[in-house]
Amino acid sequence: MQSLSVSGICKRGLLVALGVLLASGSHAQQQDFSKVKIEALKVRDNIYMLVGSGGNITVQIGSDGVLIVDTQYAELSDRILGKIRELSKGPIRYIIDTHHHADHVGGNANLRAAGMTVSGGNVGGDISDAGAGAQIIAHENALLHMSSPPAGQPAIASAALPTLTYFTPKKDLWFNGEGIRIMHEPNAHTDGDSIVYFRQSDVIAAGDVYVSNQYPFIDIANGGSIQGIIAAANNIIDLIIPVYGQDGGTLVIPGHGRLSDIGDVINYREMLTIIRDRIQDLIRKGMTLEQVQAAKPTADYDPRWGSSSGFWTTRQFVEAAYKNLSAPQGK
Amino acid sequence: MNSPIRGVLLLATAVLGCLLTSAALAEKNLAGVWTGTYSEDWPDRFPGPELGDYGGLPINDADRMRALSWSASLIALPEYQCRVHPSDYANSFADIRIWEERDPVTEKLIALHLQHFAWQTRRTIWMDGREHPPEYAQHTSMGFSTGQWDGQVLTIHTTHLKEGWLRRNGAARSDKASVTEHFIRHGDILTWTVVVNDPVYLEEPFIRNRDYKYSVDNQVANYSCESVVEMVRAPGYIPHHLPGTNEDVKIFAETHGIPYKAAMGGAATMYPEYMKVIRSLPVPPPR
Repeated sequence: MQSLSVSGICKRGLLVALGVLLASGSHAQQQDFSKVKIEALKVRDNIYMLVGSGGNITVQIGSDGVLIVDTQYAELSDRILGKIRELSKGPIRYIIDTHHHADHVGGNANLRAAGMTVSGGNVGGDISDAGAGAQIIAHENALLHMSSPPAGQPAIASAALPTLTYFTPKKDLWFNGEGIRIMHEPNAHTDGDSIVYFRQSDVIAAGDVYVSNQYPFIDIANGGSIQGIIAAANNIIDLIIPVYGQDGGTLVIPGHGRLSDIGDVINYREMLTIIRDRIQDLIRKGMTLEQVQAAKPTADYDPRWGSSSGFWTTRQFVEAAYKNLSAPQGK
Repeated sequence: MNSPIRGVLLLATAVLGCLLTSAALAEKNLAGVWTGTYSEDWPDRFPGPELGDYGGLPINDADRMRALSWSASLIALPEYQCRVHPSDYANSFADIRIWEERDPVTEKLIALHLQHFAWQTRRTIWMDGREHPPEYAQHTSMGFSTGQWDGQVLTIHTTHLKEGWLRRNGAARSDKASVTEHFIRHGDILTWTVVVNDPVYLEEPFIRNRDYKYSVDNQVANYSCESVVEMVRAPGYIPHHLPGTNEDVKIFAETHGIPYKAAMGGAATMYPEYMKVIRSLPVPPPR
């Protein structure tokens, strides 16, 4: 395995991350990362949630090494790696991308370079660098978006791309003594979303199909839909077994926001379903997008979930939902 | 050691002992089983609030819209059946038990624990000066509580609450709320005052009081809940009323001859002077 210093991989990763950032078509805004601190929240015995800037990172540690879900931004990779090393000295074996957006995959190349794929036997002997870098797993559509940036935008370096994709409803993995099920959530936040279920730890890394801090970003350009996000929330609820009283049981690490359990996901699903039903009703009445915006179908949820400025506003959310629901197929 | 010095030391020890004793006495002993007194707010507590009764709640327009969208059929869904009352509401129902957790060596109070009869929820009130967790930590129905003695009043500050409700007929309390509580013991009577600050759904802080009587013989009963499918629904179905279609909310006002507007709550409806306003509002036709 090639030896790389943390600062070295970060310098190299900056270029890669820039490409991912531009190609993703989302979150493409200048950010100051200088004051971002990476903090770790213990979720279960061997599962941690890393919080910094960008999507939450899930870290699973054990005797097999380290598995991480999502990688935030490249600029933060040295701090992320430093925090992971506080939790485990084991090799990073797997990275799972929940989807292709830059705030979730920006650190792919850096963290992959700091890891090592499980490799051996003939492969290890015949191909000298077979074990170099961690395996990056994602749904096939996530790879397609990352490897086919919109016209005029730079290609993403191959080191940042998923190395193992799936196109089936699920992919299973056994690591650190537990079964890990990666499940595709079709046409939700994007068309390449995965949720990751750690079966023994009883933790779900949800990616951006479940966020607790704002209305979910519906990336219509990349196949997202409000119906798919609601379906994903329902799927997560189906997976969850709560303890009595619903404080605990299966825990859910959201794409953004706080550590959650069934109560939070139920509230999220309820909010989205009610808003979906209202917009659908207004569409049935023949209202235009402007009329629907004027009717304020989200007014009761806006103080909690909405925003009038920034990357994803309430108006954009309503517009995306309107476009989904007024499309012929109802997506 | 000569006598004068020994005398001074004894005096100093006595003074110190008195000071420590008086400090300990400033902390009331709240441990025991306390039985709810139901002479106040009975309809709201056991039979349950009526649909469309939001009077006296300082809710804003957004919360009113949520309340008017709410359908009681929601709680028939299995995943809603055993949702527990949040800690700022659970005390309203039946008995509570309070017990102390003390350091076995120093006898210093580490925490108070409180169990509600309603849904058998248990909460911890940390008394050891620990900090609240970061915002991204899990939120729960009981929240994260720290307490301190203000004289003989126990004051509790709670954060990290999940979304709950101000009244269990659709008036939501957001997960951005923080709560301050006071437990005040007057002999065998315990008064609980809760102040809910919700930047999302309240125009002003919401204050509620409940009283309990110390019980020598009573114990807090068991409370169990098992979710079942009560009716077959389409997957993902959420009962709710579309804006402007909820006729149920008129029942309360029409049954009791209360103006619709007054039943819809808002900060003004909390204050006695609102009675003058009510008299100027049209009374709905009786049902």
